[in-house]
Amino acid sequence: MDIATLEFKSIQYRRSILTMIKEAGAGHTGGSLSCVDILNVLYNHVMKVNPGNFRSPDRDRYIHSKGHSVEALYTVLTDCGFFPAEDLKTFCKLGSHYVGHPTRKVNGIEQNTGALGHGLSVAVGLALAAKINGQGYRVFTTMGDGELTEGSIWEASMSAAHYKLDNLAVIVDRNTLQITGRTESVMTLEPLADRFRAFGFALREVDGNNLSDLVEVFDQLPFQIGKPSLVLAHTTKGKGISFIENAVDWHHHVPSDAEMGIALAELSQAEANWQATYATV
Amino acid sequence: MQPYNLGKPNLQAFADTLLELAENDPDILAVTSDSRGSARLGYFGKQRPQQIIEMGIAEQNLVGVSAGLAAAGKKVFAVSPACFLTTRSLEQIKNDIAYSDQPVKVVGISAGVSYGALGTTHHSLHDLAALQAFYNIDIVVPADNFETEQAVRQAAQHPRPVYLRFGKKAMPDLHAPGTQFTIGKAILLREGADVAFIAIGETVHPALLAADRLAAQGITSSVLSLHTLRPLDEEAILETVQNCRALVTVEEHSVNGGLGSRVASLLMQHSLFRPMRIVGIPDAYTITGSQVEVFDYYGISAEGLAGTAIALLERNSDERRQS
Repeated sequence: MDIATLEFKSIQYRRSILTMIKEAGAGHTGGSLSCVDILNVLYNHVMKVNPGNFRSPDRDRYIHSKGHSVEALYTVLTDCGFFPAEDLKTFCKLGSHYVGHPTRKVNGIEQNTGALGHGLSVAVGLALAAKINGQGYRVFTTMGDGELTEGSIWEASMSAAHYKLDNLAVIVDRNTLQITGRTESVMTLEPLADRFRAFGFALREVDGNNLSDLVEVFDQLPFQIGKPSLVLAHTTKGKGISFIENAVDWHHHVPSDAEMGIALAELSQAEANWQATYATV
Repeated sequence: MQPYNLGKPNLQAFADTLLELAENDPDILAVTSDSRGSARLGYFGKQRPQQIIEMGIAEQNLVGVSAGLAAAGKKVFAVSPACFLTTRSLEQIKNDIAYSDQPVKVVGISAGVSYGALGTTHHSLHDLAALQAFYNIDIVVPADNFETEQAVRQAAQHPRPVYLRFGKKAMPDLHAPGTQFTIGKAILLREGADVAFIAIGETVHPALLAADRLAAQGITSSVLSLHTLRPLDEEAILETVQNCRALVTVEEHSVNGGLGSRVASLLMQHSLFRPMRIVGIPDAYTITGSQVEVFDYYGISAEGLAGTAIALLERNSDERRQS
């Protein structure tokens, strides 16, 4: 899929995320907007998984370790045809399968997540099974940066390197904010790249909201034969909406009617800019 | 009254059965946390090196990785001391296995007070209570080698998550040849009219010894091996209790939230009332010693259980005289 199309999708995805959260009166706004470009590239460019092969043992696997950013995942999955967009009107409603964190009741979702620090271990198990079976599928997981203080992440990192899982790609959504504030003020993560390298990952850093940069980096997978890959994606929490960007309070804030109006207007402007850019090509 | 032939530790029966299954099914995997020696899986590891996965001392990762392996179609036995596996990685069992419906077999080894002398760090007296409160994980605690072998075979084919719990002491063979074992169906080992013992796991043996002791005094006992706590064989429990005048439940677990309280809850809700005692590890600082010593101390012994039963029957008679 070309970059222009990916960029257009990202604008639509942001509109869908905000609409879902607004209608439900609940959701994780900032983190979904920071990771949606990563999911866009993974599902539309990188991974071999779609509604047609989702039951096939050879499909690529995705585990959404930062499960609270489920709105981004639902948005991308429905665009890829895993379920009707209409279903998302039930998001967070009584009895809906479209819960505030991913579950396998939803077509396209591999594993129930939401408790932080779990996704990488499950991804290691999936990648290890592929090695044992001699299967060619790859495994992807996205972790939040606030999540990285969970000790289980580092247990899982050791095992990913120990078993030389070069079929595993771990993406860190490094938006530098968590619910309380700056990640570095809550608990120091830096030097983060050095830490992951020391645990045995081959690592690349990327602008995680730049679609062409993401495509370029993902196209290099695996970064090194015999090592798990880590994409340290520098992102902006709340990316794409001016007053949500880099604002701690928007971790799970729901837009008011007025805020929603401004946000949708900004996305319309982004769409107009996109038209202007690509119409001239 | 026949003496029971001494078998091997249930852990050994587990390891031997798993090896046999693994030899015939390459999808069987044992996942360990530096625990293959404790789990008697050293020989398994030498025979089937491709079917044992070492995770190091990292129980959370062990359970999460096991979920991933199961999601990819492997038949996974996640093996670690029960005391760590069901506390350190409780959240992984809840979310990665039970909630996500990944059919991992979670194997708690050296459970209960198997490591009795090593202190509370090494006791698992909470696991049945904790896991009963999670939806979607069956709970099987075999009493002897036969129940262990059958449980492991059936668990390997079981479509749902299962928790298996084994001790490390050699266990007597309690079952007659030809006994049927099915996960979820309790086994009535002895039938009597005075007292019912409902026991789980390695406490079934002392319950049988107590029944023998009572028989010598003319008191007849039922002994139900309730190896499966979930799904609970409610019918067997109700029928066994219905046919007796008093009830003693026996478990190598806290008296809070295990077999006894589950049975009491069932009976109350069926308005089936009998004088009852829940024998297990009391809500107090747990004494240390060998498993047998700890059992004796808390009355999980032929003498202790027989005494408990007699006291209950006498109270029952007193109450009848008074009414």
